[in-house]
Amino acid sequence: MSDARLSVFKTYKLYVGGKFPRSESGRVYEVTDSKGKWLANAPLSSRKDARDAVVAARKAFGAWSGATAYNRGQILYRIAEMLEGRRDQYVAEVADAEGLSKSKASLQVDAAIDRWVWYAGWTDKIAQVVGGGNPVAGPFFNLSSPEPTGVVAVLAPQESSFLGLVSVVAPVIATGNTAVVIASEKSPLPALSLGEVLATSDLPGGVVNVLSGRTAEIAAPLAAHQDVNAIDLAGADEALAKELEIAAADNLKRVLRPQPVDDWSATPGTERLTAFLETKTVWHPTGSLGASGSSY
Amino acid sequence: MAPAFEYAPAPESRAIVDIAPSYGLFIDGEFTEAADGKVFKTVSPSTEEVLSEVAEAGEADVDRAVKAARKAFEKWSALPGSERAKYLFRIARIIQERSRELAVLETLDNGKPIKETRDADLPLVAAHFFYYAGWADKLGHAGFGANPQPLGVAGQVIPWNFPLLMLAWKIAPALATGNTVVLKPAETTPLSALFFADICRQAGLPKGVVNIVTGDGRTGAALIAHPDVNKVAFTGSTAVGKEIARTVAGTRKKLTLELGGKGANIVFDDAPIDQAVEGIVGGIFFNQGQVCCAGSRLLVQESIHDELLDSLKRRLSTLRLGDPLDKNTDIGAINSAEQLARITALADQGEAEGAERWSPACELPSTGYWFAPTLFTNVTQAHTVARDEIFGPVLSVLTFRTPDEAVAKANNTPYGLSAGIWTEKGSRILAVANKLRAGVVWSNTFNKFDPTSPFGGYKESGFGREGGRHGLEAYLDV
Repeated sequence: MSDARLSVFKTYKLYVGGKFPRSESGRVYEVTDSKGKWLANAPLSSRKDARDAVVAARKAFGAWSGATAYNRGQILYRIAEMLEGRRDQYVAEVADAEGLSKSKASLQVDAAIDRWVWYAGWTDKIAQVVGGGNPVAGPFFNLSSPEPTGVVAVLAPQESSFLGLVSVVAPVIATGNTAVVIASEKSPLPALSLGEVLATSDLPGGVVNVLSGRTAEIAAPLAAHQDVNAIDLAGADEALAKELEIAAADNLKRVLRPQPVDDWSATPGTERLTAFLETKTVWHPTGSLGASGSSY
Repeated sequence: MAPAFEYAPAPESRAIVDIAPSYGLFIDGEFTEAADGKVFKTVSPSTEEVLSEVAEAGEADVDRAVKAARKAFEKWSALPGSERAKYLFRIARIIQERSRELAVLETLDNGKPIKETRDADLPLVAAHFFYYAGWADKLGHAGFGANPQPLGVAGQVIPWNFPLLMLAWKIAPALATGNTVVLKPAETTPLSALFFADICRQAGLPKGVVNIVTGDGRTGAALIAHPDVNKVAFTGSTAVGKEIARTVAGTRKKLTLELGGKGANIVFDDAPIDQAVEGIVGGIFFNQGQVCCAGSRLLVQESIHDELLDSLKRRLSTLRLGDPLDKNTDIGAINSAEQLARITALADQGEAEGAERWSPACELPSTGYWFAPTLFTNVTQAHTVARDEIFGPVLSVLTFRTPDEAVAKANNTPYGLSAGIWTEKGSRILAVANKLRAGVVWSNTFNKFDPTSPFGGYKESGFGREGGRHGLEAYLDV
């Protein structure tokens, strides 16, 4: 069609600290669809990009973990709203990335949107489910509450480029953690595009940082990073997972080992929420109201 | 300050304990020698008297213990929870019955005051078994799914500071959830675990459900690395914890770690000084400071620094150090020559780095391992005594001006196990507690423990929780 308008390609960039930088290394790599057709050049992130992302995630942690659970729920829900509005874009990207028909890609995107809604509802409930008062044998008030672990490095699943990604990122940030996410190596484009939605969903910059490139190259410095508190190895193969778990021991990161997932669209339990929570228990004497011991 | 009146010695009788000259490994319900016949001695830290000779388990012995536990697992995990519960209730009751004997034994082998083993360790040990006994037939209600399953064989390695209490923290939840265990007590305090083996016999616990392998770090390493262990639980130093985390990397072994700490005890200017002083003293001198959650950094608001230090020094001058079996003793012996050397080296370093050292006038016994209660003032955050876990009766005093500064200093450590807050202002307690990155926060109290209350650290103090409903998770396949 000679009268066809020449389309405008998108330059895919990283999402770090609420901004869209290129890799500091200046490197890119070619991303193709399942048939080998060129889709885009994605940033090939370096160790320095990983470290910059950790700085951004740490900077965002105080405000995000200190936000009310209600507020975090509103923002996660807002992400679902923004995705819904750009649904067609993600359907096309997922179809290209994973070699799916449009209808199958739609199911993936719909499930991903619904996943944000599921976790939006969890933000202000998880503390009641996993925390609570403890009936200690003494005159003490004693309360256990979950708190976010901190900065979590997330190796997104390699195969499920969008639903898998959302399924591992949403539970991490729902509870107040911040994340440095490594997109699927082969299919990073839906993840990089997600940054555009996160940037317009009232999610503070730095809460989610998305890197693309070689998973092993970016994950190694994250696993060894002293200011990363936990790592989700969903996107690592067996050999890489072992290597990263060993590196993670250096500052005793919480490690979520890779588990086989047949179907990312199945309703998740609470495991991905609780994997990155700490329990804090606060004691205080209850005192006494005098000899009668009664306040009635 | 001269004491108001002298105390007559009031030693608890050690006749209540019958320590055998030697003990074997407890494997598959029997005491047996190590395959290579190796033994080691355990001494009383307060007198250096040899208490007994204990078998040293090698790899072959660990393998035998794991096999026994594996064999026992099938039946034990298939028992109705209500039956497992009854075994644990029996154990809890027998511990209560034998608690004076066990308290004296623990004091002999560990060196801590009888006042502590009698009033803290032993009651908590029994309570812990009693608490988890009740969970055994209620696991479906614990929030881990309708029918949560045990993991299998648990390899557990425990420290010497609370030998029997740490055993209880490990074994009670493991058995309640249907696991079987191989437990390695610390090299310097093996006896109470071996007495516990006898309690298992009295309770009629099926053979192989609990196995005790004594030995040093090599025995522990063999247990953790054993390919047929499904769960590793460790309480001890952060350095060893990291090594264990590396060892289990790439396996399916579930891991929980309770490691070191450098707890901040924060005292605001409106705190009730006398109560705070009691809390500070208990926080760092309980068990000679050999406590992972000790309040080893005192953060005092600048305006009350002098007043608080005066009170604290006055109080320290009244502490009684000496025979751990004496019922009036506040400060017992350091657990081992090795630990004493470490405390001594770190305290010397504190002095060399320019911190000001103070101890009350205090006569140390001529035999045994002793260290006087010690304060360091003029300490900055850069000082080694403010950063490293000393695991001894040494308190570093720092100051702050604002709550924000207190929080920043408290959190300025790779550890995150415990913290204390002393203030009469409720909203300040909650605000500060909220910002502290520590697993246990004691406000207007310190060093309180309870089986229902989850315990465990943030950051490099480890992961996982022991105690309470939370403590079940470490032993369930969830």
